[in-house]
Amino acid sequence: MSGYEWLIGLAALVFAPLLGGFLRGIDRKLTARMQGRIGPPIWQQFYDFFKLIGKARAVTTKGSLMWVWGYLLLTMLAVYMLFAQRDLLIIFFILAFAGACLIFGAFSVRSPYSHIGAHREIMQMLSYEPILLLAAVAIFLQTGTFKVSGIFEHDGPLLLTLPLVFVAVLIALTIKLRKSPFDISASEHAHQELVRGVYTEYSGRFLALIELTHWYELVLILAFVALFWAQPLWIGVLLALGVYFLELLVDNIEARLQWSWMLSISWAAGIGFILVNIILIELVFGNVLRL
Amino acid sequence: MGLVAKARVKSPWIVHYCCGSCNGCDIEILACLTPMYDVERFGILNIGNPKHADLLVVTGPVNRRNVKVLQTIYEQMPAPKLVMAVGACACTGGVFHNCYNTMGGIDKVVPVDVYVPGCAARPEAIIDGVVLALDKLSKIK
Ligand code: SF4
Repeated sequence: MSGYEWLIGLAALVFAPLLGGFLRGIDRKLTARMQGRIGPPIWQQFYDFFKLIGKARAVTTKGSLMWVWGYLLLTMLAVYMLFAQRDLLIIFFILAFAGACLIFGAFSVRSPYSHIGAHREIMQMLSYEPILLLAAVAIFLQTGTFKVSGIFEHDGPLLLTLPLVFVAVLIALTIKLRKSPFDISASEHAHQELVRGVYTEYSGRFLALIELTHWYELVLILAFVALFWAQPLWIGVLLALGVYFLELLVDNIEARLQWSWMLSISWAAGIGFILVNIILIELVFGNVLRL
Repeated sequence: MGLVAKARVKSPWIVHYCCGSCNGCDIEILACLTPMYDVERFGILNIGNPKHADLLVVTGPVNRRNVKVLQTIYEQMPAPKLVMAVGACACTGGVFHNCYNTMGGIDKVVPVDVYVPGCAARPEAIIDGVVLALDKLSKIK
């Protein structure tokens, strides 16, 4: 505890959108290359963002705007807390409520596309929330605290003791990053799922805010992945970038699955992996490791 | 040129509406998205939602059935927006000229900014048309 965590958190709030925007640009570029196309420049996301800011204001319901702001601010809060090394459990709860804001926003308009998108988004949350929470529990069992700072003080990377948890987290991340095969509520890359699913009724600067939130979310997710190899952190960063590349690869070679598949895979495989990992560590190898 | 104006030219999102074409031009529009022509390198996305789009690409002569739909899509797009008529039918009615059920060209219904002639319009011509549209877009304050 050096007392400068809040500064790191604030710096993260400033730089996360830049990083997130570039990462999304790299995503589009790599996706294009994988499909044999040239693809947009990697700063394309920023063009999109500023263009959306400049569009005329068209608001369907005032209420939906409040939810957009809620989505953005809560995600920012979660980013701040992760980088300021606060409580992992609270971060996931805040993130869950941010996701709920998106759903409420989609329900506050009348568009049926928006509603179906929101239903599917609920399904997605139902799929990945248990995994994230159980992952936090598994980390707690290793480090003895829910605090992110505890992970840094823990000696030895978490990946070595929690490999199955890591795999489960990857499944959750595919859903959270809205990548194939689980991009059922509103796919990225303009695949036109359900018109635009949950984002159908947003336009102009509010769509830009949602985009901004996605950048924060992306950084948050990758930062969480990096925690699996927190010491030294640069390996964690490489790990996170590798995971991101893997997600892109899977995104490009996988078709979209139905929600029932998503639910069964994430619950059976995801939760199963975590439980097996916890049981192995605690009951089988526990004595060996503690020697 | 301000930041927003520059960004506008770099990221035109398209909504494509077919109001009764023979599908020839629609295929050509989709061909623009394939690796061969790859319009995404100019930031062009076929976004499929009028509320997110900047450029309305219309094929086919409007007929009395879908004239309302075309108007609705046009009205749902937030300004600044442009309309592009692709194919001879969208420009003037083309082979459907003087049919009892068509309006004969989409400019009878919505203001058109760019006309791309041809039956079917070639992908190169369509990309040319988009470039023209971007030129117009850059002049919007
Ligand atoms: S212009 Fe020709 S090819 Fe294009 S939609 Fe009309 S009839 Fe079909």
